[in-house]
Amino acid sequence: MRIIHRDKEWELEGRMTVRQAIEKVGLIPETVLAVRDGKLLTEDTVLEPDDEVKLISVVSGG
Amino acid sequence: MRCRKCGKRAAFNMRHHKLALCEDHYLEWFVAQTERTIRKYRMFRRDDRVLVAVSGGKDSLSLWDVLLRLGYQADGLYINLGIDGGFGYSRLSLEKIEAFLADRPEAKLHVVDVPTLYGETIPQVARRKLRGRGKPCSVCGLIKRHEMNRIAWEHGYNVLATGHNLDDEVAVLLSNVLHWQVGYLARQAPVLEEREGLARKVKPFCRFYEREVAAYALLRGIDYIYEECPYAEGSTTIFYKDLLSRLEAQSPGSKLQFYLSFLRARKDGLFKEQAEQVELHPCPVCSQPTSVPGPCAFCRLWNHQPATSNR
Ligand code: SF4
Ligand SMILES: [Zn+2]
Ligand SMILES: [Zn+2]
Repeated sequence: MRIIHRDKEWELEGRMTVRQAIEKVGLIPETVLAVRDGKLLTEDTVLEPDDEVKLISVVSGG
Repeated sequence: MRCRKCGKRAAFNMRHHKLALCEDHYLEWFVAQTERTIRKYRMFRRDDRVLVAVSGGKDSLSLWDVLLRLGYQADGLYINLGIDGGFGYSRLSLEKIEAFLADRPEAKLHVVDVPTLYGETIPQVARRKLRGRGKPCSVCGLIKRHEMNRIAWEHGYNVLATGHNLDDEVAVLLSNVLHWQVGYLARQAPVLEEREGLARKVKPFCRFYEREVAAYALLRGIDYIYEECPYAEGSTTIFYKDLLSRLEAQSPGSKLQFYLSFLRARKDGLFKEQAEQVELHPCPVCSQPTSVPGPCAFCRLWNHQPATSNR
């Protein structure tokens, strides 16, 4: 599956949950939202090999 | 995961509340929860005139959206800081707000254009004042506070609302605790009462996690500015937020617990001695209340005379 966050992209092998995928690419699950085909996903959603997931950062502030 | 209310596929799960909801029920929950916070802390009522500080980001636009949906008299204020950062940060922010307004013809926006009104952008004032040392954030904060108070006063708004969320509040709380800034702790609250010509200040989103607000904005289709102010990069706020999110990942609910226990301790009088209000004096130039007699910090900022001249 393909994971996209800002200008970075990762290709992950196999099936895993959204939470596992976020941790795998080194992000903290609490700081992003996962979106697939324009739909928000809960962290237990199992991702399939041909899924493309966009991670939206929720952290802002100066 | 299934929605607790209707059993449909859940779109969003809140581990700290043990609550998963579908899109529709989440949007409903979020609005109802905002109303509950407004009432709980007696922030304002429907006959109050509320000015919402909007930056074009997810928090302020979502706040404005919710207040309008709840039927409050809520107008917006955008302060153009003249920050570019190589991608037109301030211009892009205003564009997002204008797109928001296009769908909501009933909403009214005030725009304060700092460069036009005062002749300098925030980075320019900061460069002049700090001589290139440090970030413009303290100058920026000072200008934003002054202009919010000014517009509220000039247009008769008795309440000033900002989009600060729980993550913002706990980041400030952690910083204040690490430095034992008891004066700041005494004043960190969901509501700061009005006094001598200063509107009441409220934070209706103070109990929402930042990701809850982001989920609301996303599901409501609010197009907000995703890019950060260029000066926010590497800020201590972001560093503290990161630390707290690691804690939250291990122990869901930590942030909310930290904040609510603080509010309880504060209410029980833990910072009572520090809460004594300093006397305010009207600034002889702009007449906005200020803690030190003489021209306020904002008016001193625009004084083009050299610092050595007689005052
Ligand atoms: S990051 Fe600093 S300069 Fe940018 S808007 Fe916030 S306070 Fe102003
Ligand atoms: Zn539902
Ligand atoms: Zn003044």
